[in-house]
Amino acid sequence: MPSISLRRRRPAAGYAVIALGLLTVGTAYAAITSAAAASASAPGITSQNQLAEGRAIFLQECATCHGLYAQGTPGVAPSLIGVGSAAVDFQVSTGRMPAREPAAEMPRKPVQLTTRQIHALAAYIASLGGGPAIPTAGQVSIAGANPGLGQQLFVTDCAQCHNFVGAGGALTYGKYAPALTASTPTQIYEAMLTGPEAMPVFNNTTITPQQKRDIIAYIVETRQEPNPGGFSLGRVGPVTEGLVAFLGLLLFMVFAALWITAKHGKAHE
Amino acid sequence: MSTRSALGGVGGYLDDRFRGAKGIRSFFRKIFPDHWSFLLGEIALYSFIILLLTGTFLTLWFKPSMTEVVYHGSYVKLDGVRMSEAYASTLNISFDVRGGLLMRQIHHWAADLFVAAIMAHMLRIFFTGAYRKPREINWLIGIVLFTLSLFEGLFGYSLPDDLLSGAGLRITQGVLQSIPIVGTYLSFFLFGGQYPGNDIIPRLYILHVLVIPGLFMALIGAHLFIMFHQKHTQMPGKGRTDANVVGAPMYPYFMAKTGAFFLFTFAALALAATFAQINPIWLYGPYNPIAISAGSQPDFYMGFLEGSLRIMPAWQWVVAGHTFALNVFIPAFVPLGIVMTGAALWPFLEQWITGDRREHHVNDRPRNAPTRTALGMAMVSFYGVLWAEGSNDVIADHFDIALYTVTEIARVAVFVVPILTYIITKRICLGLQRKDRHLLEHGVETGIIRQLPTGEFIEETRPVSEEMRAKLVLPAPPPALPGGGHAPDEDVPPPKMRGGMGRVRARLNKIVTEQVPAGTHGNGHGAEGDGAPARAAIGAGPHGAGQAEAGDSPQHGTPSA
Repeated sequence: MPSISLRRRRPAAGYAVIALGLLTVGTAYAAITSAAAASASAPGITSQNQLAEGRAIFLQECATCHGLYAQGTPGVAPSLIGVGSAAVDFQVSTGRMPAREPAAEMPRKPVQLTTRQIHALAAYIASLGGGPAIPTAGQVSIAGANPGLGQQLFVTDCAQCHNFVGAGGALTYGKYAPALTASTPTQIYEAMLTGPEAMPVFNNTTITPQQKRDIIAYIVETRQEPNPGGFSLGRVGPVTEGLVAFLGLLLFMVFAALWITAKHGKAHE
Repeated sequence: MSTRSALGGVGGYLDDRFRGAKGIRSFFRKIFPDHWSFLLGEIALYSFIILLLTGTFLTLWFKPSMTEVVYHGSYVKLDGVRMSEAYASTLNISFDVRGGLLMRQIHHWAADLFVAAIMAHMLRIFFTGAYRKPREINWLIGIVLFTLSLFEGLFGYSLPDDLLSGAGLRITQGVLQSIPIVGTYLSFFLFGGQYPGNDIIPRLYILHVLVIPGLFMALIGAHLFIMFHQKHTQMPGKGRTDANVVGAPMYPYFMAKTGAFFLFTFAALALAATFAQINPIWLYGPYNPIAISAGSQPDFYMGFLEGSLRIMPAWQWVVAGHTFALNVFIPAFVPLGIVMTGAALWPFLEQWITGDRREHHVNDRPRNAPTRTALGMAMVSFYGVLWAEGSNDVIADHFDIALYTVTEIARVAVFVVPILTYIITKRICLGLQRKDRHLLEHGVETGIIRQLPTGEFIEETRPVSEEMRAKLVLPAPPPALPGGGHAPDEDVPPPKMRGGMGRVRARLNKIVTEQVPAGTHGNGHGAEGDGAPARAAIGAGPHGAGQAEAGDSPQHGTPSA
């Protein structure tokens, strides 16, 4: 103890204490959240209670359109039998479902159910007829993934709708490919597995699980990447650049011309 | 020794040997009229100089080669990816060459500003009638320069061989192939075989850095020399005629101003390149012929071609086993043809219609040539609709409009909007002329109301200043066509005007020379029946009270009261 009290005023002591504090809090946080995640995302393990809860949520939130037995309503809502828990998790965790109103495409909006409720609902739907399951944290991890290969895959399979960095784009009849700026790795993985809205399904034979992780790595790394050339102008290609060229550059130069040729003082008379 | 005599010493030394003093003296004394819109062409000129300088910098590192390499540079995300050497060297310029990204961005912004300024400059020339005799040749040179700038830009943004530029090249190839009969051959010539091949980047490179810039320098030189030789036009004003040039001398005024303006251009480009990212090729990734991205647009000056391609229905003819791809051929050549050919022919067409063979050194105010202005605006709106349609997906996505709705609207608008624009612009011009006539004849309203002894209220007016009058007066109309509307008392037209072409000419002449007639302002009111007689009556008061200046005006007509 005396050694500690002797060294407590050394310059490094403050940093040591902060480092220790951060380490403790970080470890504790990691322990708690991973425990929570583990308990929340155990898609394989379903209990009777969870199914009952899921069914209750389904009847309250979904059955109006999807039918009492999830059989769907022609022209209004598709059948949910066999869509799997991944589809439910994607639709509900992005806030697209429960839908607010019929539209050409359901927009992303704030989530309305808790993670626990979503998992119960997903388990219930999965119990009706199987289908792709919610991916585990390991399946969507980008550790060790190759974003360069991900870019190649992304421009070949995704960019024609979602744009080269996932900024989104228009589709026909009011549909659109949404921006991927807020999608979590799990949601991106689920979207590829289940093909929501106008999106095709990219199953594990078309794009292997490893390639899916590469794509996720590309999307996540690209949206975090700073813009070395200044403001990004939305990363939507040359349209905004043209606007800046006209409304910024040319207009500025016209004002400069007005100023330079303005008559000052004596010349005015 | 003072600076002056030092300069004088050097000047004297040089003059003793080169005998240049006389030429330099007249060069320094050259008069340039002053107007903000006369500087639009200078923006293009200075952008061009900056393009040459930054472009030279870029050539030191750019490798115009399609050889496949594996990238191992600073941009880690693409580490280990196979790409062409052109793309890899552009990444290298962006991330590993000191100042490289800034130079690339200045170059690209300067290219955008170059074309934008050319367009603004052309519109200024058109709307002020500065292309009229004796400047028709320079107008044609300008159109060639504009066309070259489109190609120069297209070739330039194709060089980095990224995903977006590849999409542009693919369309270029499609356009070439759509040319009937020779299309496939042309495509094979340009690409040296199948698309994309290995030849296209080196070929575009030599066009981009040598051939077209060489043509540019020759034509810009001619353009400036002719302008210098013929003297610059001037805006109408007091003491300015077709026989003089009113302005400031080259030295020191014009030199100081134009020097400052170069610095403005450079500053604007440097600022844009610092704060606004342009063409982030590392985000597009290397070109891959099977891939395409949403929001693939060309640079803005190609946007109207993109738009015409996007609104075109899928028409195709197959004649004797040969495909005529009208769905690409028409949008690629027809709108461009209308705009460019129309612009090139207009000065001669106008001359034929009006029979105006006089020299013009004083510009028209756009309102004083209502038909020309309306035609120009119709072209601008035609171009604008196509240009907007070129970004139909971005508009659909950002304004929540269904994609096909945007396209359908554009399909109608491309025909309707130019016609509406023509009618509206012409009415606005004539309205503005009417306002000018009113000012000339009745003076400026002062807001002072006087009561006459008879009890009548009148508003006092003040005649417009000499400077203002010179601006407002309509330029002298061209001599009337024989038998062509200007001389109604001439009842038998000469034989030349009696044929079909002659009648068309007379008809067009009536449209093109339509003006609010000077001196008939009061009558005009009566004819229009727009409630103006009351105003005319008020206006008549001061004339009656003996305002000599207003009465002096040759434009002054009989008050309708």
